[in-house]
Amino acid sequence: MELYLIIILVLMILGSIYSLNATDLLSAVISYGIVGFGLVIAFLLLQAPDLAIVQVVVEVATLIIMIAAIKNTQSKIPKMEFKPKIAVYYAITLIAALVFILIFDRATGCLSQFGADTMRMAQPYIDGAQHTKSANLVTGVVLDFRAYDTLGEATVLFTAVIGVLTILRIKGKKDN
Amino acid sequence: MKGMTIIVKKISQIICPVIFMFGLYIILHGHLTPGGGFAGGVIMAGAFILQILANGNILPDLRKEEEGLEFMESAAILGFLILAGLGLLFSGGVVFFANFLDKGELGKLISGGFIPIENVVVGAEVCAAIATIFIAMVVYKDEEKK
Repeated sequence: MELYLIIILVLMILGSIYSLNATDLLSAVISYGIVGFGLVIAFLLLQAPDLAIVQVVVEVATLIIMIAAIKNTQSKIPKMEFKPKIAVYYAITLIAALVFILIFDRATGCLSQFGADTMRMAQPYIDGAQHTKSANLVTGVVLDFRAYDTLGEATVLFTAVIGVLTILRIKGKKDN
Repeated sequence: MKGMTIIVKKISQIICPVIFMFGLYIILHGHLTPGGGFAGGVIMAGAFILQILANGNILPDLRKEEEGLEFMESAAILGFLILAGLGLLFSGGVVFFANFLDKGELGKLISGGFIPIENVVVGAEVCAAIATIFIAMVVYKDEEKK
């Protein structure tokens, strides 16, 4: 199973690199879809059907909305010229990334073994079906133990919709 | 936005109710099977989006629909907050989101206290939000052209 996961992860990385370098916005969005649908298969392999359902549905909806948004804009990206200044930026980025990787390597050495804390936290949730009487453990956690998180998630969605409506309304008013 | 050919229109008319019912099923069985309010809400919004993509901007007043969806979204998030407040009230001011209803038997359709109600509210919120974003794009783009 790990081999499949590694193949899917490599495909996802290749798709995101291509979408960064694509000259066309439409092909960038579609190659970015590789990341989302690869994630769906990864969730299914890791036995998380809840997340897989949400991911596949949201991925399709966002693809449609993104294509609808792209149709209004110019789809060509202007090509960047190579200047000596850009080489300096690349060098600074590389050095900073190396420093960060070294620091993270040191920091992860201080943590306890991978997954130990997760299982300690997860045991009350796994026993939780007796308390919430919800056969689906994920729903029991999301809507009972951590309902406050769900409230925050709903608020974020609400704010996003208000933001989209505000921006589109301003654009509509200007042309009139 | 223009519609598509008659084949696409007819097939979308046949398939949309099925998608909508599937979304309702996922929401109502959210505490028993994989899925829940979020997934079911997006599937229900997908039925609306398919209908608009196939038929185009045929509704005489799509803007009114959009305002209704906005109202539904705000009402749903308010309902979620009211449920949380009721939990606070019934638990004697101790626990926000306390499960105050009778919990019933594990594995039955009516069980889990107010978890199914929360699922319905979250599903309505998500469905209205996704559909509002899509309809707003269609409506305001058409208004720009005029």
